Amino acid sequence: MADAAPPSSPTSESPAARLALIAVAVIFLGFFLFLPLIAVFTEALRNGVGAYLAAFDDPDTISAIKLTVLVAAIAVPLNLVFGLAASWAIAKFEFKGKSLLLTLIDLPFSVSPVVSGMCYVLLFGGQGYFGKWLQSHDLQIIFALPGIVLATVFVTFPFVARELIPLMQEQGTSEEEAALSLGARGFRTFWSVTLPNVRWALLYGVLLCNARAMGEFGAVSVVSGHLRGLTNTVPLQVEILYNDYNFVAAFAVASVLAGLGLVTLAIKTGLEWRYGDEISAAHRR
Amino acid sequence: MDLKIRDLHKDYGQFPALNGVSLDIRSGELIALLGPSGSGKTTLLRAIAGLEIPERGQILFGDEDALSKSVQERNVGFVFQHYALFRHMKVFDNIAFGLRVRGRARRPAEAEIAKKVRELLDLVQLSGLEARYPAQLSGGQRQRVALARALAIEPQVLLLDEPFGALDAQVRKELRRWLRAIHDETGHTTVFVTHDQDEALELADRVAVLNKGNIEQVGTPDDVYDRPETPFVYAFIGDSTSLPVTIEQGRALFEGSPLPIGAVDSPDGPSRIHIRPQDVTLANPDDAAVHGEIIGLRRSGAHRRADVCVGKARSRIEALLSPETDVSVGERVGLAFKGFAAYPQDPTPPKLGLARAA
Ligand SMILES: Nc1ncnc2c1ncn2[C@@H]1O[C@H](COP(=O)(O)OP(=O)(O)OP(=O)(O)O)[C@@H](O)[C@H]1O
Ligand SMILES: [Mg+2]
Repeated sequence: MADAAPPSSPTSESPAARLALIAVAVIFLGFFLFLPLIAVFTEALRNGVGAYLAAFDDPDTISAIKLTVLVAAIAVPLNLVFGLAASWAIAKFEFKGKSLLLTLIDLPFSVSPVVSGMCYVLLFGGQGYFGKWLQSHDLQIIFALPGIVLATVFVTFPFVARELIPLMQEQGTSEEEAALSLGARGFRTFWSVTLPNVRWALLYGVLLCNARAMGEFGAVSVVSGHLRGLTNTVPLQVEILYNDYNFVAAFAVASVLAGLGLVTLAIKTGLEWRYGDEISAAHRR
Repeated sequence: MDLKIRDLHKDYGQFPALNGVSLDIRSGELIALLGPSGSGKTTLLRAIAGLEIPERGQILFGDEDALSKSVQERNVGFVFQHYALFRHMKVFDNIAFGLRVRGRARRPAEAEIAKKVRELLDLVQLSGLEARYPAQLSGGQRQRVALARALAIEPQVLLLDEPFGALDAQVRKELRRWLRAIHDETGHTTVFVTHDQDEALELADRVAVLNKGNIEQVGTPDDVYDRPETPFVYAFIGDSTSLPVTIEQGRALFEGSPLPIGAVDSPDGPSRIHIRPQDVTLANPDDAAVHGEIIGLRRSGAHRRADVCVGKARSRIEALLSPETDVSVGERVGLAFKGFAAYPQDPTPPKLGLARAA
């Protein structure tokens, strides 16, 4: 390698090392991400487009899709509000218990979703702590919509906050102080200074939160009770169809979730491409 | 509008950032807060603006108690050290912000706002850049946008925190003159923070020197330079070195021998005399009361600076010599002093903090 070209920058490696690293990354991604993704769509379309579309004629599947959209429509706005409030508090004020709050926000990442589902059953189920009281007031949480929403909110609440906290911390409070000194009230400052400065991170957090809310399996599986056409969400419906050996339908429904993931990524890439300047300006001082 | 600050205290926990600061600022004057890093300059400025709540003391805007008012009600223009421009707004919208957030009754029509912004852009010499984002401006341009934004609300007081701190020397000098011109044109009562003594002396009507949360002296640039009231001010403003002496009946003794510098107005006991480099002259080492060895020679502008180690304690005295003076490192020289300063009860050299190095 005596006559090899000098490295283009002091931090770049030799061509062989570079090639090896890139190969590892590509093979890894290909094996664990692309292959399964392609498999989902090929299996779904194995018997042609007709069979694919027929999978969506099943009323149980339609009600599962409706339920999933409904759950996300409730859980995502809740987490949007929570995420904004929590990251605002953590990034902009000093208070006791701040690090505890930060740790708690990460809890859903570290706890298995099944465990969180079990906790809700323990609290609100028929034999649970509040079960008697709920029954006497004719309220049903477990095996019903409220339970599914609760479990989904729990599992997805870090997404928005986690996107916002580092950005808000980096931006500090000086622009807000400037706005206050110019006469802006608290809400106006939030609306025209804080929020625009984090809008892309917020949008991305919401997209991630939504994808996860629609795709959550473990926690929802525990609290839903798998009542066909009533409390089955899309991921649960996929499992049921698969267990019924209805592979084409299972993969067809699964392809909707996979498509959702791809759309999320596409929107993110599109945003970065379209607003790249502004996004990097949000990080610059 | 006059500004009165009375016995202001602010504590962040370990030690006071403001320790009983009192200061009268006259209507229309340009006053500099000068002091080393950590002396409380920013804290004082933020307290005036209402961004920091002092534990004790009084701030009066004219006759009105400012502490009972919120930041928004105080109507101060604050220019932050790092500008704090709204990064997602164009220059125009940055400057218009303060007018647009006013309550309906006091908000000018959009056409009037546009007119006002144009005038301000003109004033700060940025016409033509109104459609840029802050990230697309140079440091000096951002600084001027920040100033225009603060001026837009027609503030009762204009507060500037190290307005030129992040700029290079050339731009600083230019903006300094320009700020003075704007001040003379608009006539706002202006307080600005700096740790650069040249900036303070050149720009301000009066200078307040801060040290460890206390005001050491307030006066015109001539006052603080020529008649410093405390050893700290003497040492902080302009160059100086000092010599440990013993005072006996109005005479200064250096290691037992009297210094030929005339009467010293200090009580008997250990003390220090402070000498500016330009007041040190070389003399014959055998006749002089103070003599020592040259340990360093440096060229500085039109002059030559010599470091001389004197006495048993090897105190360092700095002398400003003409470049023709024929001396070399290691040579023994005597020192004579054309002027000096002595302060009662001043046995230890003042700690100047970090800002001296700048
Ligand atoms: N938010 C804070 N929390 C704790 N201590 C603080 C805070 N702000 C300032 N201090 C302390 O108060 C003292 C005065 O700080 P201040 O910022 O007023 O100094 P300064 O004179 O502006 O210095 P510089 O020239 O470095 O900007 C410092 O010792 C600083 O450490
Ligand atoms: Mg400061």
